[in-house]
Amino acid sequence: MKMVVAIIKPFKIDDVRDALVAAGVEGMTVTEAHGHGRQKGHTEIYRGAEYKATFLPKMRIEAVIQDELVAKAIEAIKGAASSDKIGDGKIFVLPVEEAVRIRTGETGLTAL
Amino acid sequence: MTRRFQVDLKHAMAAVAAVAILATVSVAPSATAQSNTAVPAAASSTSTAPATPAATPAPAATAPAANSNAAPNSGDTAWMLSSVALVLLMTIPGLALFYGGMVRRKNVIATVAQSFAITCVVTVVWYVCSYSIAFGTNPDPGQNQYWGGLGNVMLKSVTMDKPFAIAGSAVTIPEYVYMMFQMTFAIITPALICGAFAERMKFTALLLFMTLWSIFVYAPIAHWVWGGGFLGAKIGVLDFAGGTVVHINAGVAGLVCALVMGKRKGLGHDNMAPNNLVYTMIGASLLWVGWFGFNAGSATAANALAGAAMANTQIATAAAALAWMVAEWVVSKKPTMLGLASGAVAGLVAVTPASGFVNPNGAFIIGIAAGVGCYLGAVFLKRAFKYDDSLDAFGVHGIGGFIGAILTGVFADAAINSAGKVHSALTQFYGCVGTILWSGVVTFLILMVCKYTTGLRVSEEAEQEGLDMAIHGEALHET
Repeated sequence: MKMVVAIIKPFKIDDVRDALVAAGVEGMTVTEAHGHGRQKGHTEIYRGAEYKATFLPKMRIEAVIQDELVAKAIEAIKGAASSDKIGDGKIFVLPVEEAVRIRTGETGLTAL
Repeated sequence: MTRRFQVDLKHAMAAVAAVAILATVSVAPSATAQSNTAVPAAASSTSTAPATPAATPAPAATAPAANSNAAPNSGDTAWMLSSVALVLLMTIPGLALFYGGMVRRKNVIATVAQSFAITCVVTVVWYVCSYSIAFGTNPDPGQNQYWGGLGNVMLKSVTMDKPFAIAGSAVTIPEYVYMMFQMTFAIITPALICGAFAERMKFTALLLFMTLWSIFVYAPIAHWVWGGGFLGAKIGVLDFAGGTVVHINAGVAGLVCALVMGKRKGLGHDNMAPNNLVYTMIGASLLWVGWFGFNAGSATAANALAGAAMANTQIATAAAALAWMVAEWVVSKKPTMLGLASGAVAGLVAVTPASGFVNPNGAFIIGIAAGVGCYLGAVFLKRAFKYDDSLDAFGVHGIGGFIGAILTGVFADAAINSAGKVHSALTQFYGCVGTILWSGVVTFLILMVCKYTTGLRVSEEAEQEGLDMAIHGEALHET
């Protein structure tokens, strides 16, 4: 089992969700987030006075999936979240030790 | 208001003669005359005014009807009643929102409260004594060069039915209407200064400062330029609606306040971005609309001159907004809403003294000069000299007022207003210098009075917390 975490631009969230579902991902969790990468946010200028907005709004998607699906999920997110501009975001993949469905007590892949 | 104070003596003489004739004859078109040209002034008093400057009979020509000197004309009166409402709208809520949108969220209520409180304070002060100082006619002609005396204190002698004249020229609206019109100018001028010391002045200091400033700075300068005093009646400075009296005056006072009071805590590293530029856009729009009362109303009559002033106002404002936008687009790569709104106000300011003297081509050029000039003033001048004119009271009103005042001397067109036949940038410059000196020095003295009585600035803790809660015990809540 792996957790795929993707930080994307907010306006891409619907496209990414649809692409993940099409790739076979059953469920996911989405959080509104703020952050920056190498670009370090952006600058606002008011009558010449500059203010840095260091943290920009982003969406964070988490999905726990079986190992075989990881490559497909990554392709799906890359395809749907890309705008070819700076700030499109990142994808991280983490190992997951266990999953439990609370209602039934199922564990492992069957709990996903 | 004021329009011109100007008028030179020769004109004045002619005007006087013209007025006299008209008066007797009545039918003449004089009505307008007064208007514009003239300045206001004298107030009640009637007549007397010695000097009489202005008079510009000229406009009269176009003018409609005749009014003799005295009788109020119902068309003129209706327009001036409307103008009073328009100009009051400029301060509340126009200026309040314009400034309120530019401060940080913790200071919005305090900022709009300043405009509102000033409206109330100046109304009372105007009724008690400022109207008399500004537009009364001092029985001593020597003193009348400098102030209007105390003959109209508590609006004593403001008449219902007697004819009256302003700085010697007859007016075709009732004195109560004239007094109210001038009151709205007296209100907005000090309110403009608030942009310079935003987010840090004590409320008690504000009340004291504005009371004294209204009496000792605004009223005398209004008298000098519009009320029959030396700048308008003698020297011939042209100021149709208040480039010197209102804008240079408020701008310079703002600069002095910013220098004396010091910078806001955290300037340069805290985020001081405007909290809501939609407020600012609404405020700028209300200023723009209200300015038709300010400039076209300064004809003091419903006539062709008022129409020309209105057209000039619109054209200069649009040109200035575009000029600021383009300058900013080139320099910092984005056309901003704040830039459009600021440019519009800069254009309104600059066309103010010119609106009843120049033709639309002059207004267009004045607008472009103001848009670019004020952008440079607000962005680069402030940074170069490191003062914290927080919302650019000086950068927009001081610089814009100066550009407009000087260019009025360049572009005045006798075909629009015969009172502007004799014009020179140098004379205009004298008017600016007189205003700058008096406003700068007396503003400083008043600040010292406040400093040693009420104190000028809120505590650092209050500044950090925000003036809304610290001073007023109120806060904007999330919607």
